[in-house]
Amino acid sequence: MSVAPPPSQSARAPGPPLWLLLELTYRCPLHCVFCYNPTEFAAVGKELPTAEWLRVLREARALGAVQLGLSGGEPLVREDLEPIVAEAHALGYYINLITSGVGMTEERISALKAAGLDHIQLSFQDSTRELNDFLSSTRTFELKARVAELIRKYGYPMVLNVVLHRLNIDHVGEILAMAETLGAQYVELANTQYYGWAWLNRAHLLPSRAQLERAEEATRRFRARVGTAMQIYFVVPDYFETRPKPCMNGLGSVFLTIAPDGIAMPCHAARMLPGLSLPSVREQSVREIWYDSPAFNHFRGEAWMKEPCRSCPERSADFGGCRCQAYLLTGDAANADPVCDLSPHHGLVTAAVAEAERAPAAPLIFRDHRISIAVEPLRGRSPVP
Amino acid sequence: MSEVEDSARPAIARGLRLQWEPAQEAHVLLYPEGMVKLNGSAGQILARCDGVRTLTEIVADLERAYGATGLRDDVAAFVLLALERRWLELRA
Repeated sequence: MSVAPPPSQSARAPGPPLWLLLELTYRCPLHCVFCYNPTEFAAVGKELPTAEWLRVLREARALGAVQLGLSGGEPLVREDLEPIVAEAHALGYYINLITSGVGMTEERISALKAAGLDHIQLSFQDSTRELNDFLSSTRTFELKARVAELIRKYGYPMVLNVVLHRLNIDHVGEILAMAETLGAQYVELANTQYYGWAWLNRAHLLPSRAQLERAEEATRRFRARVGTAMQIYFVVPDYFETRPKPCMNGLGSVFLTIAPDGIAMPCHAARMLPGLSLPSVREQSVREIWYDSPAFNHFRGEAWMKEPCRSCPERSADFGGCRCQAYLLTGDAANADPVCDLSPHHGLVTAAVAEAERAPAAPLIFRDHRISIAVEPLRGRSPVP
Repeated sequence: MSEVEDSARPAIARGLRLQWEPAQEAHVLLYPEGMVKLNGSAGQILARCDGVRTLTEIVADLERAYGATGLRDDVAAFVLLALERRWLELRA
């Protein structure tokens, strides 16, 4: 008996979009410095109305989508979250709500449970009130603990997500202890990925190698103590690797993201990629978008690859890494992800890691509506300011 | 855990869901942040793990369905693996 491999990736016969992520809104009460949402989110068009989201759910399910993420922004901001969940449940999705907890009340969790929500992933910024509240620029630490209590009360598995970076990675032992106290069954320790606001703040967020090693050691010790009672996913920051992550299992392979304005993307950061004319569910069916649109076909298969990926024996395992990272670091989305030490641009990554040994001078930039209006859309190469 | 009792009543673990997916022509097991596509025999075993039937009854049912005998050890080995992966849990 074995776990089947993910569907193979082929330009001619893509499999179904098994994972559907609906970013219902970019509105969010938090101001997290590591948010991957586009820095220009304030300029993104109007959010899809309820009926359109329901149509997207039906069309994607008909293609075979089954894992559903409801995210944002903060999805609880949407007052129609309950009918969206109810439709998704009726269609047979396994529904994950990805939330900061802000806006969750007993009334809402009870309604979401009744609508068929399968699980809730609750984010924490840190194990301390001070850093949690600082990093999100809100007073939300106690609120999150109360939401965790509601999650338990309503019989959901406790799934916590903590984004790690230079400012909190030294607290991994305490973060895991907090998770244990909250009764967590799954904990994702997700090192920051450098897109959106996190890219702007990269110099503040990238940990030093020594910090990373201490965090891995603390995680090992914790695992040795609690065994399998808590499943811990430690997502290594890829800047410290020498081979890239198989991002999205290859663009257009299994993941489909719909942004608040109805733009369909093969990954949730793809809006920044130049020359990729992203289709909208307002204009096309999910089937046309997934199978026929140039944007979804562009990075399928291997024809788009350049050297060293094009002739690399590992290209079918990692697909050349992350297109957005290649673009942000080198200015060309078709280049090898510079995390790979075979990339001629790998020096950009090792230089960033070397810089992480010292504290940056520029201030942190909090995700904020006014700043979002002011910043230029992300363009490759220089983490500004 | 190294053995599954014949009287054990395995069930899909709380928070997980097993369902048949026509698009994948397979049973899949859905859980927070993940999905496992099951091969045919794994799907047939898990589909019978309802927390009511004992291992002995599950084996008998599979042997009837497939006109086979001597499946007990293979089924027990898979149930053990699924318990270790927390796909299954035992009901009293």
